Amino acid sequence: MPDTTTTADPYAGTASAADDRIYTVSGGDWDDVISDVHEHNAERVVVNMGPQHPSTHGVLRLVLELEGETVTQARVVVGYLHTGIEKNCEYRSFTQAVTFLTRADYLSPFFTETAYAMAVEKLLGITEQVPVRAQVIRVMMMELNRISSHLVWLATGGMEVGALSAMLYGFRERETILDIFEMITGLRMNHAYVRPGGVIQDLPPGAVEKIREFLAIMPKKVDEYHNLLTGQPIWLKRLQGVGYLDLTGAVALGASGPIMRAAGYPWDIRKTQPYLGYETYDFDVPTQPDGDCFARYLVRLDEMRESLKIIEQCLDRLRPGPVMVEDKKIAWPAQLALGGDGMGNSLDHIRHIMATSMEALIHHFKLVTEGFHVPPGQVYVPVESPRGELGAHVVSDGGTKPYRVHLREPSFVNLQAVAAVCEGGLIADVIAAVASLDPVMGGCDR
Amino acid sequence: MSDQPAGQPSGAPQMSGVQAETGDTTSSGELVPAGRRPSTPRPYGGYFDHVADALARAYPELSAAVERTVVDRGELTLHVRREQLRDVAQQLRDDAELRFELLSSVSGVHYPMDTDAQLHVVYELTSMTHNRRVRLEVSAPDADPHMPSVVSVWPTADFQEREIWDLFGVVFDGHPALTRIMMPDDWPGHPQRKDYPLGGIPVEYKGASVPPPEERRQYA
Repeated sequence: MPDTTTTADPYAGTASAADDRIYTVSGGDWDDVISDVHEHNAERVVVNMGPQHPSTHGVLRLVLELEGETVTQARVVVGYLHTGIEKNCEYRSFTQAVTFLTRADYLSPFFTETAYAMAVEKLLGITEQVPVRAQVIRVMMMELNRISSHLVWLATGGMEVGALSAMLYGFRERETILDIFEMITGLRMNHAYVRPGGVIQDLPPGAVEKIREFLAIMPKKVDEYHNLLTGQPIWLKRLQGVGYLDLTGAVALGASGPIMRAAGYPWDIRKTQPYLGYETYDFDVPTQPDGDCFARYLVRLDEMRESLKIIEQCLDRLRPGPVMVEDKKIAWPAQLALGGDGMGNSLDHIRHIMATSMEALIHHFKLVTEGFHVPPGQVYVPVESPRGELGAHVVSDGGTKPYRVHLREPSFVNLQAVAAVCEGGLIADVIAAVASLDPVMGGCDR
Repeated sequence: MSDQPAGQPSGAPQMSGVQAETGDTTSSGELVPAGRRPSTPRPYGGYFDHVADALARAYPELSAAVERTVVDRGELTLHVRREQLRDVAQQLRDDAELRFELLSSVSGVHYPMDTDAQLHVVYELTSMTHNRRVRLEVSAPDADPHMPSVVSVWPTADFQEREIWDLFGVVFDGHPALTRIMMPDDWPGHPQRKDYPLGGIPVEYKGASVPPPEERRQYA
């Protein structure tokens, strides 16, 4: 049997009893493994799945205890993508920290940026002074991001249960959103676009038209997903009645967002504790009563439609105006402009500080190197991210760097539900159940 | 010489720290650690008074359990003694007038200058029934970093307490399986503590060398 070896495994530890056998499976025929397992009368098999596995959304590791094909215990091991983002923020100015935080949940960076920026604004006491245009742009970017995040979920989740067309469709539409992001922020990912005080630059010419084009095509695409998947027998068989989590379980495990709404409870922070003027937008909170993977799928598709409604209202509300607070002690001094070699400080601004105003140069230098002081205190600001409640707990000691930044990451908290949605089911359903939780390991491990 | 930019009206309120109690924008004065704020006098405002009253009715020993009650920036923080944390938590979850059924977030903060209370754990509670939020803050000294686990009250605290054990070294008594979650199992130390260095190496760029962030000039 070339593919199953029973040699010593350096990672297996020393605790295993003499008759425990370790199978290192890398390709080959599953029947060979099974027959070997049966030969040794092993009723209980512990399978290690991940951290490098195509259907674990990055580097999630699952340890599954099986009896036959039934999962009796599921344990989730995280931390493989821990990059110390929170620790690094303590060594950077309040503005620089955005550059780190945007890399946490790489599929929905605008939500992390906005939660953090709103927390810093609350500490500074300038929440009311953030210009309306900046707030509208933030809402618009977040809702575009919600759609792109759900599309990645549809694409990867669909692929994992064998619906390859969903993968192609999902990534195709996401690309159009990433093009919009690239046009507005300069980057497809890791934007660092939302800063304390507003957003770093205004929408470029043509952005509104590009978003309107997207709004024109996207509703038809959502219909396409419904036509492709919603009534499809294999899709239904893989998702219906799988990965069940009721409302009690969701609240106890802290699983918010689409998971809770798919269990029938319309809890959405945009509605219940509105921020950035969400109370003035007209949109619904979709729910489903069933609490299974299929309900989560329907909730996410419906949320895309609601996000489209919000984006349309944002475009109608955009009025010319500043996108950063007036206070020059907080607003980033540089005026970005597009030059021959890409985005950078505008030459007018450089001419102003280098040639005409010593005070402006000192001000620019101090604000960029030292940053602004934030009065001591702590705040917690939650926003409704595509995965649930994303909160920023920011502590300031009065200095120019955050004393502590903590992200309440929905991916991290929701993964605690893995045992609840997997145990008692079949091993094949583990894939669908974990995918329906939509974990993003960059956010989970931070 | 003023480093105020031209065009800023001189009488305009400054928002970069002057509104703080100290009025200190230079940060050269004494800094007030966020963990050591004095109690806020009544009334707290909003639903905070109702929450405090309901909690006092549900848990008669409340005055002994709560060290300070702070209202800051529209957020209510109850500084609870660690001995009574689980009882207070249970009442906050179960009492019909409180019903904080969702533990949103658990976060650790290390204040080395806060004598005998260096390690703080911050619990953000959400009541979905009444649509309210409240924060609990509990502290323990570095010398005795023990705290009761609230996993029995809110199962969602499981991973978050493991994270705080891993990154701060707080031992949550009663946690079902308190093991590291972010760092490798054999990692020495607790990285998010203030006495744990960030690390890093100098980076060369065009002949000059940029020191690691820890060794750069400090401003605050």
